Amino acid sequence: MRVMVLIKATEQSEAGEMPSQELLEQMTAFNEELVRAGVMLAGEGLHPSSEGVRVEFSGSERKLIDGPFAETKELLAGYWVWQVRSMEEAVEWVRRIPNPTGEHGMVEIRPVFEADDFGEEFTPELREREERLRAQTEAGA
Amino acid sequence: MSVAGRDVTRTIEAVWRIESARLIAGIARLVRDVPLAEDLAQEALVAALEQWPESGVPDNPGAWLMATAKHRAIDRLRRAEVHQRKTEELGRDAELRSREDDDLAAAADDPFDDDLLRLIFTACHPVLSPEARVALTLRLLCGLTTREIARAYLTSESTVAQRIVRAKRTLSAAHVPFAIPGRDELRERLASVLEVVYLIFNEGYSATAGDRLIRPELMQEALRLGRILAELLPRETEVHGIVALMELQAARTRARTGPTGEPVLLLDQDRSRWDWLLVGRGLRALQRAYATRGPIGPYTLQASIAACHARARRPQDTDWERIVALYDGLAQLMPSPVVELNRAVAVWMACGPRAALEIVDRLREEPALDGYHLLPSVRGELLENLGRGDEARAEFERAALLTANSRQRAALLERAAACVSLR
Repeated sequence: MRVMVLIKATEQSEAGEMPSQELLEQMTAFNEELVRAGVMLAGEGLHPSSEGVRVEFSGSERKLIDGPFAETKELLAGYWVWQVRSMEEAVEWVRRIPNPTGEHGMVEIRPVFEADDFGEEFTPELREREERLRAQTEAGA
Repeated sequence: MSVAGRDVTRTIEAVWRIESARLIAGIARLVRDVPLAEDLAQEALVAALEQWPESGVPDNPGAWLMATAKHRAIDRLRRAEVHQRKTEELGRDAELRSREDDDLAAAADDPFDDDLLRLIFTACHPVLSPEARVALTLRLLCGLTTREIARAYLTSESTVAQRIVRAKRTLSAAHVPFAIPGRDELRERLASVLEVVYLIFNEGYSATAGDRLIRPELMQEALRLGRILAELLPRETEVHGIVALMELQAARTRARTGPTGEPVLLLDQDRSRWDWLLVGRGLRALQRAYATRGPIGPYTLQASIAACHARARRPQDTDWERIVALYDGLAQLMPSPVVELNRAVAVWMACGPRAALEIVDRLREEPALDGYHLLPSVRGELLENLGRGDEARAEFERAALLTANSRQRAALLERAAACVSLR
């Protein structure tokens, strides 16, 4: 299965503080370990939300909101995309993320949708309907 | 799915899948015996299953498993040594002996990359049959249980168990050393490893039996193995080549089957449904392959062909002339009727059906393709394209009789029924 691992922002990341040399080194080593285990598919760090823009949808209106955004804990500082065999494996890898300063942080793991997730209950008829819906959505997008 | 209130057994399974290959490899270096190393690693797993539900999962579960397996290894070595001492040399210094034990203990703490490579080359040793190599690789390097392997290959657990037992016996009987092959035989031995990886991938990508066309779990295991190998042997062109090939092929998985599970051919696939993350990874792996400046082998060439398709946003943008040239190269490097058949399809696209039919007709005499469903299937398409509907129908029907996959059979019979003769 494929998971997206979402690293939540902290006050430091939102303030644009660069991580310490120690953390950088440990994170590089951890990323290398993920690559060498064949788990890492992609991953990037994000600039603080002060560099970001939001587009709010309401009816036909599109409103632009410039960062920074208030709710730090809900913001993202980075992400990985991993190929793992189970949610438990993803948890095991997340537990190994280095945290040399002992700082409070939050990492969220979300499985990426795959048609196979539906298993046998996803009958050919349902699958076809979903495909048609998808085709319509894509045509409409 | 509740992982937070989780079952410790599932956590142990996950830890095992992460750690087992390095664990077995590290212990094998200590005891110089892969089958024994696997037994010791399994003993450590049993100990974890007994203790962790009570004690909780340790902070560094990999180190815990390694320490446990190592202790058991040292116990065994000591017992064997005591036995030996009784029979032959009684006078050796006890202090020296305990220092040796410390050395042994320290040996398994070193970086494991070389050990992992040794384990890969042992599991894929050419003294073993390809089936034995596949089973042993899934077991020792992917950490799959006998039951999981049996399920993936739609065979019985006892068949797989027997295959593994026999493979281990063969390794012991042949005194296969726990070693990385030397420069002179590296390429040959690597070919044996890559063959195993690709066999596993292909069984997942184009299931030869059963009613599902694709078994993603096997594809994923092969991809993972390939990605690991690419980091262990970064200078080997073909390692990056096989990774590129697998990434690019896996990228098409979603588009390869239609709404009712029937196969969708490459040129009919909805390319927006390809996995573009994997396409990007495949193209980068191919760049790495060429950047090694080593000799280009069959996997790199096949990946280059797959890359031609991946780079074409629409089927009509495909660079068929380049694909024909790449197939020409592949046919020289690896002359095979299957490659020739694929070359025929490329020639059809680049130069039209008549030239392609000539190649295909030559292949009908080929005994190796006797019973291969793709030959009549391609010939049927060419004949249909040339307006020879009656002959095309007969070919599609023949192809339907030859395939073991029920989805493919249904699709071929549908093609046959739709054939109209224009002459």
